[in-house]
Amino acid sequence: MIFRPSHFAAVVLFALFTSVVFGITQRETPRRMVHYGLYCFALFVGSAIVLSWVMYLIAR
Amino acid sequence: MATPSNPPNPTSKNAAAGKNAPAGSGFVYGPLIAGWLVPGGGHFLLRKWGRGALLAASILGMFLLGIAMQGKVYSNAHEILEYLALVGDLGNGLVYIFCRMFGFGADQVQVTTADYGTRFIVVAGLLNVIAAVDAHNLRTGRKA
Repeated sequence: MIFRPSHFAAVVLFALFTSVVFGITQRETPRRMVHYGLYCFALFVGSAIVLSWVMYLIAR
Repeated sequence: MATPSNPPNPTSKNAAAGKNAPAGSGFVYGPLIAGWLVPGGGHFLLRKWGRGALLAASILGMFLLGIAMQGKVYSNAHEILEYLALVGDLGNGLVYIFCRMFGFGADQVQVTTADYGTRFIVVAGLLNVIAAVDAHNLRTGRKA
């Protein structure tokens, strides 16, 4: 089976898996784990979108 | 006259980590080794079932998606970046060894998504090392 995601799908999957591990390993209580995981996910996806726009505008 | 309170028991906050042995005593590297060999294994050993299951699902999911994207599984290295990628791949433990044994993964990156897949496999290994160290910290009492 070959899986060929788009750039954005790859970013979202990467952010999802990485944020889960970061949340569990970097915080101690479940509530703080969830908050930190969501924070990391937002930063991963948000920074990818911002950098993509920056590169798009530079390339024009 | 006030009497001094009892000093806190350093092992009490880690009662969940290792039911049968106090934190920091005995062989403390079991969760570290188990966590490296099997994603989430260190947390399972410490009876942290929920955390272990989430870690296993995330790390194995990332690794298997990397394989499905035809990512490269490093078997040797000739330059510094390849050495770093090989170290990352080795972080996957037994999963990496099984993939090498059964020939999963690509030898060369041929399509764009294979490059993503290669990074997924490397990062899965690095995340597995983080998870294994976390299990070790739980075992030694450094983390609650």
